[in-house]
Amino acid sequence: MTTKSRNLSIAKRGLMSFETVMWVFTRLSALGMYALIVFGLIGALIMGARNNMNFADVMRWAFMPNVTHVESTDLVDTTPWSSPLWKLTASALLIIAVGHGVHGLVVIADDYIATKKGRGIVRIFSGVMILSMIVIGLYLIWTS
Amino acid sequence: MGLNRNVSLMTALRYKGQGPFLTYILHRIGGLGMAIFITVHLLASFLSGKGGHFINAIYENWVFQIFIFFCVLFHAINGLRITILDLFPKLIPYHRQAITIEWVAFLAIYGFAVFTIIRTGLGG
Repeated sequence: MTTKSRNLSIAKRGLMSFETVMWVFTRLSALGMYALIVFGLIGALIMGARNNMNFADVMRWAFMPNVTHVESTDLVDTTPWSSPLWKLTASALLIIAVGHGVHGLVVIADDYIATKKGRGIVRIFSGVMILSMIVIGLYLIWTS
Repeated sequence: MGLNRNVSLMTALRYKGQGPFLTYILHRIGGLGMAIFITVHLLASFLSGKGGHFINAIYENWVFQIFIFFCVLFHAINGLRITILDLFPKLIPYHRQAITIEWVAFLAIYGFAVFTIIRTGLGG
């Protein structure tokens, strides 16, 4: 057990490489998603989830606070569930989750695609996927 | 780059990584499962129509809910352990204890979710 790496400067440790930045992003976006999910959970309890929803319904709402996810529950009035606050929360969760998830797919793909050309194609494809999923997701959130 | 691994598929399948390897592979299965589910779910909701409603009806089925809740909850709870250990490297010597705590938390939350889903699914 040496602590030699701690003596290296940030530049020498390569902290600014894209893959390292994405490594940090994956961890921090996980914490960000936790914050948004807990926010959705507390919001659901304030809006009356205690009486009209079961545990699985509340979780489904917390993981993506979109009003279509509570339409199958016993809630009488879903108007507060489709307020701009929740649409903004859902949008933030969507954007973070798409970035986190598509980067995860690239990490998995890199384990099986080893050529430089193949990895380049994976990266172009992942960029297309991030953009299209965010556009489709935002459309669905703001029109539901 | 470590591109030439020289490990055959059979060797990989016989790899005895035990607990930490199990969490690693379940993290991948959960992540992949979620990526496929969410992509198809978004496209089905976007296209709507007969095909879209058919696909979303499968997703709303309680049997499928048990599967997707496993993917989401395991990935989330295992991801929290990875994040905590990576942001506080001093805890890494205790990673096996962390995995034990993780399983207790996962089984409690997932067990309760499955119980609720089955009870609702069977019309309770």
